[in-house]
Amino acid sequence: MDIASAATGTEIGSLTADPVTRHMLALYCGASGDHNPIHVDIDFAKAAGMPDVFAHGMLSMAFLGRLLTQLAPQTSLRSFGARFTSITPIGAEIVCTAKFVERFEDAGEKCARLELIAMDKNSNDIKLAGEAVVALR
Amino acid sequence: MIDRSFIGHEFAPVTAELEKGRLRFFAKATGNADPVYSDEAAAKAAGYPSLPAPPTFLFCMEMDRDDPMDFLDMLKIDLGRVLHGEQIFTYRAPVCAGDSISFRSRITDIYDKKNGALEFIVMDTECRNQDGVHVADMRRSIVVRNG
Repeated sequence: MDIASAATGTEIGSLTADPVTRHMLALYCGASGDHNPIHVDIDFAKAAGMPDVFAHGMLSMAFLGRLLTQLAPQTSLRSFGARFTSITPIGAEIVCTAKFVERFEDAGEKCARLELIAMDKNSNDIKLAGEAVVALR
Repeated sequence: MIDRSFIGHEFAPVTAELEKGRLRFFAKATGNADPVYSDEAAAKAAGYPSLPAPPTFLFCMEMDRDDPMDFLDMLKIDLGRVLHGEQIFTYRAPVCAGDSISFRSRITDIYDKKNGALEFIVMDTECRNQDGVHVADMRRSIVVRNG
């Protein structure tokens, strides 16, 4: 689907990430530099009142980022934001989707606004809701 | 309640260097098979001087210091009660391996919802490269569970 010609509300891309495992969270902890133990140490998570460790919100945002850079080269990405709406448990299967919202002009540059959702396929819970602005060439 | 007088607090700037090995590790950890993010030849073919930082990586670079959560001690917040609420990036110029990025952060808002059961801290960060080019801005919203 071409962003430049998409109609409002059209899904222009999707991506399904591998299921969240403890190993994935350990790798992301090291690679991201986010060493908050609540994501990798079950003893810490339980002491903080959580039933188990849970995924970094920024891991699912990185999945959304992968979808964006599949849809358009990263040099055309102008902004990217997401709200973390619920906690992502171990076993979650994150499905990312991007919908076309509108075309507009910003400082003489033609841009497209995209709506982004990251949902857990197991629970149908929305985990991240966001948007991105991509420059059109 | 978090002391509202911290609104406007500016943190000491931090600088981090973007390394190729770290970007390859990040690509693996996030399941990114696009060679632009792990193979320098592919990155150069795509027009980048070296491996580009993927869209969320500036957040990771800013965390890459001795104690990235030390502001929680300053604000007297327990790490176990903290959640990430929102993250926004605004991009102005590419960031690639070999760049050295300086992060200048300040607290722009502190507010609460549900009669104080949830408190929110908003931090804005300006990112500049080694040439002083303003490459990006970040806004991070942190949620504190008081309930």
